[in-house]
Amino acid sequence: MSLEVALPIVIPLLTGTLCVALWRSNLAQRILSIVGSSALLAASIWLLISVYQQGHVVMYMGNWEAPYGITLVADMLAAIMVVLTGMMALAIAIYSLASASPAHEKFGYYPLMHLLLAGVAGSFLTGDIFNLYVWFEVMLIASFALLILGGERAQMEGAVKYVTLNLLSSAIFLSAIGLTYGVVGSLNMADIAVKLGSTENDGLVDVIAVMFLVAFGIKAAAFPLFFWLPASYHTGPVAVSALFAGLLTKVGVYALFRVFTLIFNENPEFTHQILLWIAAGTMLTGVLGAAAQFEFRRILSFHIVSQIGYMLLGLALFTPLALIGGVFYIMHHIIVKTNLFLISGIAHRLLGTYDLKKLGGLYKSKPFLSILFLIPALSLAGIPPLSGFFAKFIIIRAGVEAEAWVVTGIALLVGMLTMYSMIKIWAEAFWKKLPDSTDGASLERGRTSGSLMLMYAPVIALGICTLYIGLNGQPIYAIAEFSATQLLDPSRYIEAVLGGRP
Amino acid sequence: MEPLLAIAVGLLYAAAIYMMLRRSIVKLVIGLMLLSNAANLLIFTSAGLTPGAPPLIAEGALMPDGPIADPLPQALILTAIVIAFGVLAFAVVLIHRAYNILHTDNLDQMKDTDT
Repeated sequence: MSLEVALPIVIPLLTGTLCVALWRSNLAQRILSIVGSSALLAASIWLLISVYQQGHVVMYMGNWEAPYGITLVADMLAAIMVVLTGMMALAIAIYSLASASPAHEKFGYYPLMHLLLAGVAGSFLTGDIFNLYVWFEVMLIASFALLILGGERAQMEGAVKYVTLNLLSSAIFLSAIGLTYGVVGSLNMADIAVKLGSTENDGLVDVIAVMFLVAFGIKAAAFPLFFWLPASYHTGPVAVSALFAGLLTKVGVYALFRVFTLIFNENPEFTHQILLWIAAGTMLTGVLGAAAQFEFRRILSFHIVSQIGYMLLGLALFTPLALIGGVFYIMHHIIVKTNLFLISGIAHRLLGTYDLKKLGGLYKSKPFLSILFLIPALSLAGIPPLSGFFAKFIIIRAGVEAEAWVVTGIALLVGMLTMYSMIKIWAEAFWKKLPDSTDGASLERGRTSGSLMLMYAPVIALGICTLYIGLNGQPIYAIAEFSATQLLDPSRYIEAVLGGRP
Repeated sequence: MEPLLAIAVGLLYAAAIYMMLRRSIVKLVIGLMLLSNAANLLIFTSAGLTPGAPPLIAEGALMPDGPIADPLPQALILTAIVIAFGVLAFAVVLIHRAYNILHTDNLDQMKDTDT
């Protein structure tokens, strides 16, 4: 029994359930939420250590051996993602203590948050394609409810698009599962990988591959399927936006990494070529979309899209170095992007708006906050020695080695345009004088209040993580390399799950 | 039987996409319902139809005699139906709330968060 694989799913589920049981007491839910996320982080680190020692950690649900029962599998990529989930969970849980309004808490903010985390962790750890669909739905239904907490006008409009596009993607995913089952008669991903390699019907396999690509592409907000993301992510409560920005699209990216390294690795001239152009389009449209925006969170939402492109580029080039870059990029991106959203929340708390035209004067009154913003912002743009520089460097180096000149050129250009967006936020919100129309009374107060300290704490912690990855990247690179080696050699995954049987 | 079901699945997908492209959010949700049913029927059909051979093993035997129907696709569909039911219940409540707040069911007038 490898208990550590199941714990990251069980802990948030249990926490969420207990939060429902304590529905009436906000205080109890808050304490539970912190305890639950800390436990999740601890369990995920246990899993990471265990994976580092053993390679693959496998657990058969109800002792039904693969391929008959549902299998939970953790390889390095899954373990990394779960650790990041744990880190974000704790950061958001602390931040929520200050940012969640009592009305949101009364309507099940904490239970939904932990249900979402369970769905995310389940998606990372499952080794069964239909089970992946189920975890996706768990995650989706929790995210739907979180997104519309508060019931404002913009939230309704955003939610209609978010719900529709995600349900469409689920339906395509489900159809693809049905066709896969029709071809190979199995749902276990390792088993599918074995049997799909020996099928004659290559045309149908390509069709299924593209269906998976579209389904996960919608979830990951890849070009040209990303329009729901910038229309909805900035509408929810800010802690929810930050959680979504860090984790939800990355579940789609993870699923793409999993499926296109393990199952559909036979015909990379076709599938990975499509992925390459999707990656290029994603990077470009995201960053250009952000250039036109003047709302803090909306700029950041468009940048999620553009950053997804870099991760997909790592997958599409499909060389060892590119995969290392992709995994490294995911690690860097989740931390930085969540952090930027959290900072936008602090700016909103201080000045009561997300509109860059109405923000201003933050550098003068809050120099410490300005430095905290600069760390993730410059990291996102790829300025050395921060984490984003090394992430971009590895991917671009891989692009040069693969002689994919056009996409490499686009990746470099997008890095520069990212800098432009970050400078825009810096100049508008931090550098320029506070506009007369904005009430700056809360800026003037000398001491920071207790609740503001709670909002600062996760921002500082995530900023330190960014600095650490930048200044001491070797262990992170080693983990990414370990994970890329596993991804490029699916036979070890298959052997770990099926236990050497054909 | 397969060709008939295949045509039905195709028609369901077509109807679903058509409904989802209409402007009214009510029709959008109807489209989503049809879409989930189309996917369920697709699983049912593509897994292969075996009429008149229930997956039951005779008493005392360890193996079924002769080919039997595969029960797994039906389990999948059952799960998918339950999930679709829950999600659609949410979608129906959402469009009701959205209508109350926005005073319109026209998707063309819900563009404030797009640009």
